Amino acid sequence: MSPEFLIPAILLTPLIGAVLIALAGRWPNLRETITLVTAASLFGLVTQMIGPILDRETLAVTIVEPLPGLAIAFDIEPLGLMFALLASLLWFVTSVYAIGYMRGNNEPRQTSFYVFFAVAISGAMGVAMSGNLLTLFIFYEMLTISTWPLVTHKRNDAARAGGRTYMGVLLFTSIGLLLPAIIWTFSVAGTLDFTPGGILYGLMSPSSAALLLTLFVLGVGKAAVMPMHRWLPAAMVAPTPVSALLHAVAVVKAGVFTITKVVIYIFGIDFLAEVPLERYLVYLAGFTVVVASLVALKQVEIKKMLAYSTIGQLSYVVMAALVLAPFAEIGAAIHIVAHAFGKITLFFCAGAIYIASKKTRVDQLQGIGLRMPLTMIAFTIGALSMIGVPPTAGFVSKWYIIAGAFQVESYFTLVVLMLSTGLNAAYFLPIVFRAFFRPEEEPPSVDHGEAPWPMVSALCVTALLVLAFFVFNGPVVDIETRILEVAP
Amino acid sequence: MNINELMPFAVLVPLIAAPICALLPGRILPWLTAFFAAASSLAIMSGVLPEAVDAPIRYAFGNWMPPIGIEFRVDAVNAFIGLLVSLMATVILPWARISVNQEIPERQGLFYALFLLAFSGLMGITMTGDAFNLFVFLEISSLSTYALVAMGRSKTAPLSAFRYLIMGTLGATFYLIGVGLLYIMTGTLNMVDLAERIPEVADTRAVQAGFAFIVVGIGVKLALFPLHRWLPGAYANAPSAITVFLASTATKVAVYALLRLVFTVFGVSFATAMPYAEVFMVLGLFGILLPSLWAIEQTNMKRLLAYSSVAQVAYIILGISLLSVTGLASGLVHLFNHAVIKAALFMCVCTVIYQTGSARISAFHGLGREMPLTMIAFVLAGLGLIGVPLTAGFISKWMLIQAAIEQDLWLAVVVILIGSLMAVIYVGKVAEAAWVRSPPEGREPVKEAPIGLLLPMYLLVAATYYFGIDTRLTLDIAMAGARVLIGAGP
Repeated sequence: MSPEFLIPAILLTPLIGAVLIALAGRWPNLRETITLVTAASLFGLVTQMIGPILDRETLAVTIVEPLPGLAIAFDIEPLGLMFALLASLLWFVTSVYAIGYMRGNNEPRQTSFYVFFAVAISGAMGVAMSGNLLTLFIFYEMLTISTWPLVTHKRNDAARAGGRTYMGVLLFTSIGLLLPAIIWTFSVAGTLDFTPGGILYGLMSPSSAALLLTLFVLGVGKAAVMPMHRWLPAAMVAPTPVSALLHAVAVVKAGVFTITKVVIYIFGIDFLAEVPLERYLVYLAGFTVVVASLVALKQVEIKKMLAYSTIGQLSYVVMAALVLAPFAEIGAAIHIVAHAFGKITLFFCAGAIYIASKKTRVDQLQGIGLRMPLTMIAFTIGALSMIGVPPTAGFVSKWYIIAGAFQVESYFTLVVLMLSTGLNAAYFLPIVFRAFFRPEEEPPSVDHGEAPWPMVSALCVTALLVLAFFVFNGPVVDIETRILEVAP
Repeated sequence: MNINELMPFAVLVPLIAAPICALLPGRILPWLTAFFAAASSLAIMSGVLPEAVDAPIRYAFGNWMPPIGIEFRVDAVNAFIGLLVSLMATVILPWARISVNQEIPERQGLFYALFLLAFSGLMGITMTGDAFNLFVFLEISSLSTYALVAMGRSKTAPLSAFRYLIMGTLGATFYLIGVGLLYIMTGTLNMVDLAERIPEVADTRAVQAGFAFIVVGIGVKLALFPLHRWLPGAYANAPSAITVFLASTATKVAVYALLRLVFTVFGVSFATAMPYAEVFMVLGLFGILLPSLWAIEQTNMKRLLAYSSVAQVAYIILGISLLSVTGLASGLVHLFNHAVIKAALFMCVCTVIYQTGSARISAFHGLGREMPLTMIAFVLAGLGLIGVPLTAGFISKWMLIQAAIEQDLWLAVVVILIGSLMAVIYVGKVAEAAWVRSPPEGREPVKEAPIGLLLPMYLLVAATYYFGIDTRLTLDIAMAGARVLIGAGP
């Protein structure tokens, strides 16, 4: 298929799906069928891009050029392909899960939930495929705005407050910091295209480049580098499928994806290596990793704990991208996938526990592993991936990041990774232990087993993906190696 | 008839149609007359614009050659503004018919006659090439606007109209004094002629005072911060159709008059000799920040949008204070884009008023479910106000930021971005009310607006996005107009 057709098709499929879902609102079974068919066809379309990218064909299309030099254009490269594949695959799995969750919980306004979910996925696809910073920014904002109705879905005071923090931080950072950074880039380079090797080499002094990079790192609020992380715990008021797909995969990964793209295709690793102040941003990301883990340690709400864990894991990617070692860049790319599989499993489990038992706190989980064995086994796999233990996906990415840290002898990164591993173990393993080896203190109010089957099957699939990625990561690593190639 | 002779009819047709309208009985006939008058103005202006971009079109009334007689002189700048005004009138009138039926059930002939007078006055200000004639048209449009504002249904409408009248008359008088001073010093009122003669007497106090009088006088009309006090009351209390029309045209035409007088008549070198750029820059910066802040505080939606209008005018003022082609072009393009966006927003709010009878933000609670199309249109147009990419608002803000960066004015860039963030807050406030809050207890269910109100609204929303993607019409003409104004040739 030609890119002129394929790229718009990928963007429009979820949008058309959204319209159809809205029209089918009165018939829930038809509506859910449309969601699943749309998600499946989107994944099918995205896989069509694998072949051309493997064959090193360019998949690019310019839609329109509103201002000279500023175009709405798309250009697929390995990193974006991986992100698009990831988000579309997990959208399908999450849709299955969401059907169980939304029905199991008797949520109101399910139609608008599925509609905005589809719109958000279209935004994520746009971010993944964008060919320049302006296009990326447009879809980045679309993702922010379309997820706001999902965060405020419950419409109570907590949802309103969470929604305000969510929009406040994300829009403040994107308009107040990211947009100026983009404008600055444009005024210096005269272009915003993602170009292998970067577009800023030789056009900026190292100190200006450090300031610009800071604007980017803090301005991409979706990457949740401290102190721009407050929106992520606030977003946990959303229904769990939203937290699972959007606030563990699509939205947050759009953030770290943007930072990785900016480091590789706007600045270029060689240029940033000449910017001495850049290492302070590595320290900031490392600080975020450790502090987020410490905060997670103190959380009692499962979802809040997972949110802080996400903040720490996102900064792994930021830190890996900023270490500027070839292996670490690959590690950053791989960690986007690895963390996505692990964290979505954990969120799925948290939601399943909530639906089956109405429990939301860590200290309520004694003995729950006996009632919900599949869920808790999946939880254990996800937790091991967070810690980075083989045979899980988290081990693969950590391996590359550590290798990268050795390449450039960044011992700071090594220490941070070790500390974080210990802290992750400290807050995940007690849950596993409590669930399987501690007896229930008092019998629960409802005698429950596993959650509805769509949820259980979804979380089993993602848990298997965590294990499978440990074994079959070769092709992904191979293709991501290409992000480091600079055009001759 | 060639285009030169046809051009004055863009003003004359509505002017002549106005008294006819006043005499017509019933509802349909006056409206039809008004609509055809506006549409024929639009048709003429769309023929004039392409010609005027190449070379100015002139028409001398009664064959009295200027500078003795009065002439209409249309170049890229005023053809652009004239097209905007006639376009907005033509789009707003079908929408107005429904809301006017509700608000002014009787004697609609009079209403449409006043509307046409205001419209032809604005068109006249735009087209004329004579400084005194500009005053005449200014008064035609102002007097009819005062009467229109007073026709509002709320009890405070006459008071607002009176305040508007006091401020407006002050402004017009200031303008007249300024023109008088220029006439004493140069002996001419024709703008082109004035431009030739002013440099000889540029150093005199009288001309400098004239400049100050004119700038302050027009500053009142365009609601230049801090001379904006009349605007929120007038917008909030006028009949809905008039609010939409005023918000999208009146201040824009006043900005045009300022541009024409400062740049064409006095010239850039005169303006640089005066502390024009500095004063306007400061007023622009404060005018973005403070009214945006006030907008956030408002609980009446019409007032909220009115303060936002004051802030948006300040963006234009900031752009033209830069005295560069990019800055002027950003001002001109924002003139157009903001007119479209703000008309769409006011239409949404006034449509809610039409259905619920209230402009308070509490009336918007839970409307996202009950009037989804109207509220979605509001958010879509609100994104334009914020300046999100793909909307027309992004184009103007991007141009303005480029113009500021050209002169290394990073403070201005910061202020523009803070202004956008504040727009996020006041647009977000409405979105939150509509979707996250539940309707107040005991409210009767509200129905979605009739299609006749929705269609023009969505036309303008579509235009907001169209002009954010295809900028050939807006940006290219704005650039051409900016070059004309700055004196770099067409």
